[in-house]
Amino acid sequence: MNLLTDPVGITHYLIVGAILFVTGAVCMATKRNALGVLMGIELVLNGANVNFVAFGSEYLRPGVLGIGLDGQLIALFVIILAAAEAAVALAIVLNFYNNHSTVDVDRADELKG
Amino acid sequence: MDPVTTLPVLLGIAWLVPLASFTLILLFGPRMGKHGQGAGVLATAAIGTSAILSLIALFFVWVPAYDWAPEHHAAHAEHGAADHHDTGHGDAGHDDAHEKDAHGADEHKAEEHKTADEHHEWRKPYVAGEWYTLGQFGKLRIGISYYIDSLTVTMFAMITFIATMIHFYANGYMHDELHEITDHEVTLSNGHHLHRPGRFHRFFQYLSLFCFSMLGIVIAGNIAMVFVFWELVGICSYFLIGFYIERKSASNAANKAFIVNRVGDFGMIIGLMILIATLGTFSFGDIDTDGDGTVEPGIFSLVRTEANNHALVVPDGMVRAAAASEIAAGVEPSAEQIAKWRAETGPGGIGRTAYWLLIVAGLGIFCGCVGKSAQFPLHVWLPDAMEGPTPVSALVHSATMVAAGVYLVGRFYPVFTPETLLVIAIIGCITLFIAATIAIVAVDIKRVLAYSTVSQLGYMMLALGVGGWSAGMFHLITHAFFKSLLFMCSGSVIHAVHTNDMTKMGGLRHKMPFTAYTMLAGCLAIMGAGIPFMIGLSGYYSKDAILAQALSFKASNPQWGFLFYVAAAGAAITAFYMFRLWFMTFAGKPRDHHAYDHAHESPKIMYYPLIVLAVLAVVVAWPFWPVSIVALLEQARPEGFHETVNGVLVSNLTHPAEHISHEPNFHNQATWVATFVGLSGLGLAIVFYGLSLLNPAEVARQFKPVYTFLWNKWYFDELYDYLFVKPTLFVANRVAEFDKVVIDGIIDSLAMLTRMVARLDDLSDRYLVDGFVNGLAAWTYATGSKLRSAETGRIRQYVMFIVVGTVAMFVLISLYIS
Repeated sequence: MNLLTDPVGITHYLIVGAILFVTGAVCMATKRNALGVLMGIELVLNGANVNFVAFGSEYLRPGVLGIGLDGQLIALFVIILAAAEAAVALAIVLNFYNNHSTVDVDRADELKG
Repeated sequence: MDPVTTLPVLLGIAWLVPLASFTLILLFGPRMGKHGQGAGVLATAAIGTSAILSLIALFFVWVPAYDWAPEHHAAHAEHGAADHHDTGHGDAGHDDAHEKDAHGADEHKAEEHKTADEHHEWRKPYVAGEWYTLGQFGKLRIGISYYIDSLTVTMFAMITFIATMIHFYANGYMHDELHEITDHEVTLSNGHHLHRPGRFHRFFQYLSLFCFSMLGIVIAGNIAMVFVFWELVGICSYFLIGFYIERKSASNAANKAFIVNRVGDFGMIIGLMILIATLGTFSFGDIDTDGDGTVEPGIFSLVRTEANNHALVVPDGMVRAAAASEIAAGVEPSAEQIAKWRAETGPGGIGRTAYWLLIVAGLGIFCGCVGKSAQFPLHVWLPDAMEGPTPVSALVHSATMVAAGVYLVGRFYPVFTPETLLVIAIIGCITLFIAATIAIVAVDIKRVLAYSTVSQLGYMMLALGVGGWSAGMFHLITHAFFKSLLFMCSGSVIHAVHTNDMTKMGGLRHKMPFTAYTMLAGCLAIMGAGIPFMIGLSGYYSKDAILAQALSFKASNPQWGFLFYVAAAGAAITAFYMFRLWFMTFAGKPRDHHAYDHAHESPKIMYYPLIVLAVLAVVVAWPFWPVSIVALLEQARPEGFHETVNGVLVSNLTHPAEHISHEPNFHNQATWVATFVGLSGLGLAIVFYGLSLLNPAEVARQFKPVYTFLWNKWYFDELYDYLFVKPTLFVANRVAEFDKVVIDGIIDSLAMLTRMVARLDDLSDRYLVDGFVNGLAAWTYATGSKLRSAETGRIRQYVMFIVVGTVAMFVLISLYIS
């Protein structure tokens, strides 16, 4: 199977989702800036969203599912959750900044063992 | 008035009133009037009420009810045995006592008339019953019951009357106790004399309890109840003898009285056990206890059955007990078989064993009486009991304590076999002689009287032992009057001169005439003074009766004749020491002028009772009163003692019937002997102490060994000290050493062992168990400490872990699946 020659199918979507996911995870693991970490989270979530949408697409997987909208619906939920999570996370970051005058997550180690 | 219903009520109340007084004083004593003065008034009122009730019971209930003049047993004896009693009178007494008492006696009586010949128709009148049942254990029934015959009523009247006089007297005598007291005979460790609050109320509290206990003995209807009150009397005497408890001598005397009495009571318990084991009843009289209309026979009826004309017969129960092995072997204990067994009185026979049981039961009971009535060999406590206040001595020595023993011998008379009676007579004889001789040399005024009491009690026991039942009881009653009088007089003297020592007295009759002359009356009464065959003081009649009976006993048992001679000699000694006492105290010149100058007549409350008692000591025994004591006592004579009785084990032992002693040859002889020995004793006393013709000190020097022997009271205290106290102390010390060395050693080493084991246990607990638990905790802690470094707090690292972990999981799963 040659991905470059084959018509665009579900595999391609999954590869894009995986790249997004890995990029997000690496971003979370490497960024010291809290905002960067949040961005990484968004990337991870959206990577997952791509997978959901791809699996739920009538065009990509014909005849597998009855209604064909559940992937999209879950993706919508994820987006809403991501928004809510971003709001909470940004509030935490703001408070952290008020206390520490920085958004470096390595400085947030007061709970270390 | 119906005596069957009124007598128990009257005497019951008379008995309980002192108890009420005791209870009230016990609870409220110190708050009664000023310094507790009201306690004396209350106690006196209580015993006075008892006295009035008792006199009513005697004169208005008993005497009219039991048509009496049973002189037929005494005075008319010389007419011969066949017609010496009046059938009508006897029957009247019998009917009253038995029919009215709901004894369901109809068939009872009919039977009696059939079986008894004319000679035995006279029945002793008595009222018996039960107030309250404490418990029923099989056949044994223990309850508060009463047995009232003329002896009970007479004793009640005597006890309560004398006790009333003593209470009045004590109100004056114990006056000092109303205030704070400094006891000069007690020195404290800091050299000061003891200072203590007065104990007026407590004295009367015990006095009331004492009267209650004594009346309880007299009214008791069963021997178990007697025993209970017997012990109550004992504890009261303990309290009262030890009234000045801070004095060493008083507490010792109280202990001595109590312990010596325990020795006697031990024998009494043996007697009680035999009676309960063989007879199954404690009751004196026949009472219908279970209310089924049939009368359960009491001890007296069991021992002296009507079928046997009230002669002593070994009860079936004792025969059965003696034949226990035969019955166990299967022999049917039928009536014929028991009769056969009973007849086996030869050596080793069952009948003889059963007879021995009866003797031992009687001796056991007598043993208790020996302790209580201070008979040889347990007489040592009574003289020491002088440590109590004098009114107590008067009470103990006349109406209560010591009278209890003689009373019980009299009450239990039907159970005594002739052999037992012989023992009683010998004990009484020894006692009267020993005590009389000691009294000759004593100088403590109260001790002379104490030994005189012991001696007179010996007389009573002797009289009872030689078959003179009414003589003994008669002397008990007359003696109570003059002995209480003598003690109260001596108390009056002591109150005046503050010493007991007669060598410091003398000439006191000028200072205290009432005391002196009432005491003279007492001395004459105890000596038995009188004009022969005409008139005399109370002691004259009772002592004559005793001597006549002893003489009659001597005539039928020549081998026991010494009993009479000792009694006669004792009478002479009595007269001598009593007048020695009187002369040394009241006559001659004062020996101690300091004491003499301070002497004064006692207050009225003290000498009025003396006058009353002095009059009674003179007249109480006169036979010309409408109600004479002798005739009263004759009514209570135990059934079966109107005839001569013979011994079974001791051959040639005969107890002559008492009426025989009234025959002229005995009676006249006894009167002459009594008068002669009395006068000779009196004469000697006058020679020595009245006119000082002979110097007593000189005579004492002449007979130095005898004097020392008597002065030391026959060395009884030393003997007992050597025989009992020293060995007991020796054994006790050895036992204490054993205790300290061996027992304590064992206990201590056990304790050491326990400590060692405990220490090991402690170590294992601390190092083994704690070590394990602590080690676990330490390990957990160390692991936790190591693990905590993983928690860096770096969020990026966590994400790395998550990612790496997830990837690793995927790799593993894919590997696993493929």
